[in-house]
Amino acid sequence: MYLKLYFPSFQRYFREWGVSEMRNGESIALKDLPYLEFLRFKTVLQDAVRTGNRILGLWAVPSGKEYSMFGAILYPSTQSVEILHSTVEKTYPSLTLDLPCLHWFERDLSERFGMIPQEHPWLKPIRFYKGEVGKVEFFQVMGEEVHEVAVGPVHAGVIEPGHFRFQCYGEKVFHLEISLGYQHRGVERALTNGPNERSIHYAETLAGDTTIGHTTAYALLMEGLSGLLPSLHSEWIRAISLELERLANHIGDIGALSGDIGFLPTQSYCGRIRGDVLNLTALLCGNRFGRSLVRPGGVRYTIERERLDILRGKLREIENDTISAIELFFETPSVRARLEGTGIVPTDVARELGLVGVAARASGIPMDIRKDLPWGFFRIQSPSVGVHPSGDCYARAFLRWVEIQESFRFLHRITESFPEESSMKETFPSIDSGTRTYPFLLPDTLGIGITEGWRGEIFHVAATDREGKFAWYRVFDPSFHNWIGLAYAMRGGEISDFPLCNKSFNLSYCGHDL
Amino acid sequence: MITTPLLSILRARGKQKYRTLKYPNGSPPLPDRFLGKPVISSTSCPKDCTLCITSCPVAAIQKTETLHIDMGVCLFCGNCVEACPNGTIRFSKDFHLASQDRGSLVIQQREGGDNVQESTVPSPRRDKIQLFRKSFKLRQVSAGGCNACELDCNVLSTVAWDMGRFGIQFVASPRHADGILVTGPVTENMKVALEKTYRAVPSPKVVIAVGSCAISGGPYKDHPEQMNGVSSLLPVDLFIPGCPPHPLVILEGLLRFLGRI
Repeated sequence: MYLKLYFPSFQRYFREWGVSEMRNGESIALKDLPYLEFLRFKTVLQDAVRTGNRILGLWAVPSGKEYSMFGAILYPSTQSVEILHSTVEKTYPSLTLDLPCLHWFERDLSERFGMIPQEHPWLKPIRFYKGEVGKVEFFQVMGEEVHEVAVGPVHAGVIEPGHFRFQCYGEKVFHLEISLGYQHRGVERALTNGPNERSIHYAETLAGDTTIGHTTAYALLMEGLSGLLPSLHSEWIRAISLELERLANHIGDIGALSGDIGFLPTQSYCGRIRGDVLNLTALLCGNRFGRSLVRPGGVRYTIERERLDILRGKLREIENDTISAIELFFETPSVRARLEGTGIVPTDVARELGLVGVAARASGIPMDIRKDLPWGFFRIQSPSVGVHPSGDCYARAFLRWVEIQESFRFLHRITESFPEESSMKETFPSIDSGTRTYPFLLPDTLGIGITEGWRGEIFHVAATDREGKFAWYRVFDPSFHNWIGLAYAMRGGEISDFPLCNKSFNLSYCGHDL
Repeated sequence: MITTPLLSILRARGKQKYRTLKYPNGSPPLPDRFLGKPVISSTSCPKDCTLCITSCPVAAIQKTETLHIDMGVCLFCGNCVEACPNGTIRFSKDFHLASQDRGSLVIQQREGGDNVQESTVPSPRRDKIQLFRKSFKLRQVSAGGCNACELDCNVLSTVAWDMGRFGIQFVASPRHADGILVTGPVTENMKVALEKTYRAVPSPKVVIAVGSCAISGGPYKDHPEQMNGVSSLLPVDLFIPGCPPHPLVILEGLLRFLGRI
């Protein structure tokens, strides 16, 4: 007991003898997963968070009358993941009270299986799996001059649907509640009993703007479960396409922020430049979002010498345009004034809420899967990770600019070195006479695939049954962690800050709703 | 040197140049690996060969007496091309994919030659559409779309494509719109919102389905959580296939629909 209190990392060592420590993209036989009593399970999670590690996800699977509960902890210091396993009854003591970052996960469990986390402070559905759509008991602020503003699910712009409910006092927002679920398409359910011909297309459309990020996570998981080994050349192409995706979206986001501030020059330049970057992805695979590029075991398309030269030339051009467009944005005093101090999420709050990705780094938390849990080409080379302490819209915008520049540098660097011609032959391995687009998987095994998409960490986890089919498949998009951050950022702000805060987070609806 | 925001803005403006694409004049900007309209050549397939059919994730390829591919279902992934040992199926660079008629999205195996240029594009019906020829305002509704179709619709409003020069524009309110442009398979949870938005558009109005999802359900086809596309709820006037359709495919579809090209 004393040992546990004072030396949690020692405890970890004694507990598992390193057995359940996994690297990114590895798999582990289900029978080798150490089983913990629920109290122990909770303590380990708490210890991990207290010592500066992070919880990647919490999920459960019904088994008989009980539920198998799983948790995944990321240890950046050892670049490893630990999967915890326990069993709970339908009613169990909530983990949220001690670990606020798990609140959304427990709401998910309760909606999915009707589990009851006792004393959960805010238990309500998150996706309208069942029940009447749009019927939510929103948190309401009462008072004579307090009023409610309801927005969505259909928004003014060309974006995905979701509902926002503001509790306002004049212009001031006391509270924002975000109600999602309109995009629910049943992807996780459909992935169960896979893989099949459609599985890869689910991965590609989990969040269409993060096709490469999600498909790479899916591919990592599949490779861990099947033993396929992608070549260095295809890892290189995956890294290039992932950074292109980051560039396109970050540039687009700064353009969109600029539009919401009312600074039109950068809005129109960035809108166009974003398209130019998407065209580079299309140069690689014919599709602007990277569809059909990443496949388990490799990539579908190779990059020849001439194509690489075109890519490098275009990258330089795009970089020049980007610098001119975004420097203009940040050197304009009225733009900075509008962003600074708007929508602040302080570091401790960001940590407690469990924010990830750009939002977390903009609140001063250095985390990036490319560093913390490198996979593929990022094991050889990785971009540096920036943080900004202020946690406001300015931080989230500026950090995107920092990451844009770093992605350009990284892309220049890795497109200089060119895997030799001999390794160029390899493309997508044809499995089973070329008609199957998926490999055979190990039975009764748990696999993980984690990548750093442009929004943040993307966590895929699945286990196979006796036949090597997915018994369950869970996806955690960065948006799953971050929507609450957006709600928090609006507290005490003005309702006119909402477009800025929203764009500065730019979260995925379908990635959350699945 | 004096720097003021105004000078910086002018300097940046000079650097960024004029970037609107020449389309519909001049050659359209398409990547060399672009997969456009599928072509099934007349080569007779070996008997009992079903490799293309089984490789298709969404059963877009069917065989009755001859092969046919339904572009409204197709994800343009190219699996069938990879699976076919004879090269019977290939994807051309033809970007004229949109159609007002659901049936003409089905590509038949070619009887005679293998001419890609042969037009299968039906001429637009001119009734209510005539009204919108010079000014066409659309309300976009995403009903389960993955944000790829949405983004490629959005990009049409940027200076590169500048859809506004043809009088086409996305508007915030359905009350200001001449029609709705729907993306996504129409999830159960968006059904009511979509119907309400449609009702809020003043008549005469049009419905445009963009992407495989909106036409047939796309990768989510036959999931109980969605409706297999817009047609199950509303009368669709224009289908624009693709997963997602290239912005050029969408723009070309809209312009042809309006009789502008």
